Amino acid sequence: MVQGFLVLLLCQLLGEAVVIYFDVPIPGAVVGMVLLLIGLIILGRVPEGLEKSSVGLLSVLPLLLVPAGVGLMDYFGVLSENWLAFLVVLFVSTLVTMLVVGVILKMVSQEKEVED
Amino acid sequence: MSDFVAELKAIPVLWLVVTLAVYLVASWLNVKAGKTPFLHPVLVSLSVIIAILLMLDTDYETYMEGGRYIHMLLGPAVVALAIPLYKNLDTVRRLFVPLVLGAGFGAVVAAVTAVGVGIWFGLDHQILLSLAPKSVTSPIAIAIAERIGGFPSLAAGLVLITGAIGCLVAPLVYRVLGITDQSVKGFVLGVGAHAMGTAYAFEYGVVAGAFGGLAMGMTGTITAFILPVITALMI
Repeated sequence: MVQGFLVLLLCQLLGEAVVIYFDVPIPGAVVGMVLLLIGLIILGRVPEGLEKSSVGLLSVLPLLLVPAGVGLMDYFGVLSENWLAFLVVLFVSTLVTMLVVGVILKMVSQEKEVED
Repeated sequence: MSDFVAELKAIPVLWLVVTLAVYLVASWLNVKAGKTPFLHPVLVSLSVIIAILLMLDTDYETYMEGGRYIHMLLGPAVVALAIPLYKNLDTVRRLFVPLVLGAGFGAVVAAVTAVGVGIWFGLDHQILLSLAPKSVTSPIAIAIAERIGGFPSLAAGLVLITGAIGCLVAPLVYRVLGITDQSVKGFVLGVGAHAMGTAYAFEYGVVAGAFGGLAMGMTGTITAFILPVITALMI
């Protein structure tokens, strides 16, 4: 459990270091995730300790988002000023995105659709 | 008495207790309500906690004296997303081209349309940067917003609204495009509506849910890498 958590933190630290070194605006944790993924592919399995810590952390992921979400209290002004813009932006963007992804997947998996 | 309350509010552990307790109740409520995305535990928790803070006349900074200990765990949690991705590696290898094309185009279209329509509405620079990661799963979206100079909390809120919208429009998209395949349904939900879409996809079945989770992880990762380029070009 502790080893697993250490591996996760080490990957994050490595990711942050890479991001600082190359001076790119990419989150260090995401780079850390890619590094861990590469490590797992090379290793060929997920070590038990790492599995335990990861499953534990991911099972409470919604809880981890709450403190950042509470920060919305400082943006009531921004939200009430721009609520229509936000709704339109999010609606249009989400609808178009899902349509495009749906069309792409249908196009590249034509053979599969025919079988159905 | 008021002195006592004032001193209590300055104790970080109070806000840890409040956060955990409210989250537990919100999760319980969500299960009772059949896991509907509209009573999402994060949405309910943050609303209740904000109400408590406003009632006690406490600002966000004071709350974060305790909240930051929970917030800090987001980093290792993002790294841990590598494990579900690794477990789905066989699927990714088998369907490499469609999945990478779907997640890649999805990530680009989501960011470009969000920023584009936002510019059309004349939104501020930092608000646009908070809108850009709106289709990405919240832990990655918060990290992206922190990194590219948006407002992380606003980004988290917009991500939640996107999730609800995605679950609403998904059935419409399936009908328009005639999508019946479970894996396609799940993937579309995962790209457009991240974790909330994935949770919703499980309603269609385990396969849809698995593809939703995979789509969410791939889209989040791809977005983190391409968003700095897109925002540099557009804003």
